[in-house]
Amino acid sequence: MEFRYEIEGGNFSRAGHASSAVKKILKQLNVDNRVIKRVVVALYEGEVNVVAHADKGSMLVDIDEQRIKIRIEDTGPGIPDIDLAMQAGFSTASAAVREMGFGAGMGLPNMKKNTDQMRVTSEVGKGTQVEMITWFSQ
Amino acid sequence: MKVRELIEKMGLRLFSGELCLDKDISGGYVSDLLSDVMGNAAEGQVWITLQNHKNIMAVASLKELAAVILVKGQAPDTDTMAHSIEEQVPILGTDQEAFETAGMLYQLLNQ
Ligand SMILES: Nc1ncnc2c1ncn2[C@@H]1O[C@H](COP(=O)(O)OP(=O)(O)O)[C@@H](O)[C@H]1O
Ligand SMILES: [Mg+2]
Repeated sequence: MEFRYEIEGGNFSRAGHASSAVKKILKQLNVDNRVIKRVVVALYEGEVNVVAHADKGSMLVDIDEQRIKIRIEDTGPGIPDIDLAMQAGFSTASAAVREMGFGAGMGLPNMKKNTDQMRVTSEVGKGTQVEMITWFSQ
Repeated sequence: MKVRELIEKMGLRLFSGELCLDKDISGGYVSDLLSDVMGNAAEGQVWITLQNHKNIMAVASLKELAAVILVKGQAPDTDTMAHSIEEQVPILGTDQEAFETAGMLYQLLNQ
């Protein structure tokens, strides 16, 4: 099964709608609650990164019996140093965004921690792609 | 303890979500950082925060929190309240600071 959701850069009032839609699907498919709980963290952080840091993007979700594959891709500024961006606490979020409680620099580390596999690729000035896979049972 | 009893015992304001006050409270979490709550809060907890914008409801709902308590007299935006009703997570409020609020909640849950 494949699903696709559009994510609008800069529009914080819509942030979370794609994650919430995917969560509902996983619940309907009776996926183990512990798996859903982890995946939801990764979905939300990935979605918020497009809202906070990019111009626009999409979330592509591919679910089969064994696993969920999430691909979040955007057009935007890209990430110049991915290793640095992955470090806990690193953030380039604006003061206004921080004031709302975003920009703690915990997004990418949270995504890595809550999925089985994660790969980030990016081209500066073009955009970023994040791919995450989580298996339903080990 | 249910959210309903918590409101009564702590004298909290109820901003929205009066139809979903029968959730059991499993604990509490205090933070104003959304990623911190996303990564570390657990289902059924009450979230104590200063943040009053709409995004707190997305987080509260995704994490299946029992309720949100806004401290220091903060009130939610209308958008936030609408989202609270939709997502069935009540928003409560107090004039006290996070420290006192967390202290009271801790005591109530551990007696
Ligand atoms: N999709 C993206 N496009 C551009 N930059 C990004 C993107 N995702 C993450 N980043 C960069 O990586 C940093 C760290 O991301 P993250 O760990 O999610 O923390 P935060 O979003 O709180 O800043 C961001 O501050 C930003 O500089
Ligand atoms: Mg982030």
